[in-house]
Amino acid sequence: MNCIVIDDEATARMIISQLCSNVPSLNVLEDFPNAMQAIKYLNQNEVDLIFLDIHMPDFTGFDFIETLKNPPKIVLTTSDPNFAIQAFEYDCIVDYLVKPVTQERFQKAIDKAEAIQDAPVKTVSESEKVETSSGNDLYVNIDRRLIKIDIPSIYLVEAKGDYIQVKTEDKNYTVHSTLKKIEEKLPDSLFLKVHRSYIINIKKIIDIEDNSVLIKKDVIPVSRSNRPELMKRLNLL
Amino acid sequence: MEQPNQSYIDSLSGDDKAFKQKLIDIIKREFPEEKQIYFDNYNAKNYKLAADNVHKLKHKISILGLEKGYEVAVAYELSLEDGKSDEKEQFEAILTTITKYLVDL
Repeated sequence: MNCIVIDDEATARMIISQLCSNVPSLNVLEDFPNAMQAIKYLNQNEVDLIFLDIHMPDFTGFDFIETLKNPPKIVLTTSDPNFAIQAFEYDCIVDYLVKPVTQERFQKAIDKAEAIQDAPVKTVSESEKVETSSGNDLYVNIDRRLIKIDIPSIYLVEAKGDYIQVKTEDKNYTVHSTLKKIEEKLPDSLFLKVHRSYIINIKKIIDIEDNSVLIKKDVIPVSRSNRPELMKRLNLL
Repeated sequence: MEQPNQSYIDSLSGDDKAFKQKLIDIIKREFPEEKQIYFDNYNAKNYKLAADNVHKLKHKISILGLEKGYEVAVAYELSLEDGKSDEKEQFEAILTTITKYLVDL
């Protein structure tokens, strides 16, 4: 099995790699000090198994799993046994190793991973994170909590790398998702993508000038290709 | 006072002396960095971040066979998450013990 190791602690990465080296069926392709680097790697490479630390700054192991549409088998590695219950929520997680990991316990995890047939695994996909919307509500996953956002209160969604920022009348939310995913969940009657990085609520527009719109205090660029659709949607005199 | 040992490191390394030395080198490099970050966060009253640092140090404590020290670290991490620091002195004594041990390692 081709595998990768994700852990913010170099010592832990080295130990897991050493444990892997004692198992002939395992081939460690890479190790990563954070989940973001691993996500980039997985966009271009396939692996059979991931050794994943849960407790990492900024982006936890569970956050990482939820970004994967078709996650491979995952063995969690952690110093905190208290996350075990949460681990059972994910079918892709085959075992849960508490550090420091011994070779014997590690081997058991590998045996489990190898015993599992290549049945499709199911987890909360990135799209499902925003598919849980109903009616006027949109639920977004932030810090392992599903936060309800009132859709009409959203006035702007901005792409920021691997994240989107959802701005509402009351509060701003930073969510690990894409503009495309949230665009699918927002009603066309209210929202329009005016630029590759921005979706606006057209009811919240204050004014339009040349190639930009003013929404609240945000001046948002309108790309040339999106301008005709924007003009069509306005009630022009 | 409980003293660190190399039982886990030895069991992991087997006859692989190169690996053992590399692992020790990494621990010697990472431990002081993690310890300093913990002190910085604690002194700045960033208790939640300090709890994260204790969480990471916990692994080193267990690698070095400090079973009682590990229990102290578990309790201290929980205390810090609640904004308390009941086990601070005990925990920092463990850090001192490890620091001295690593110097001679």
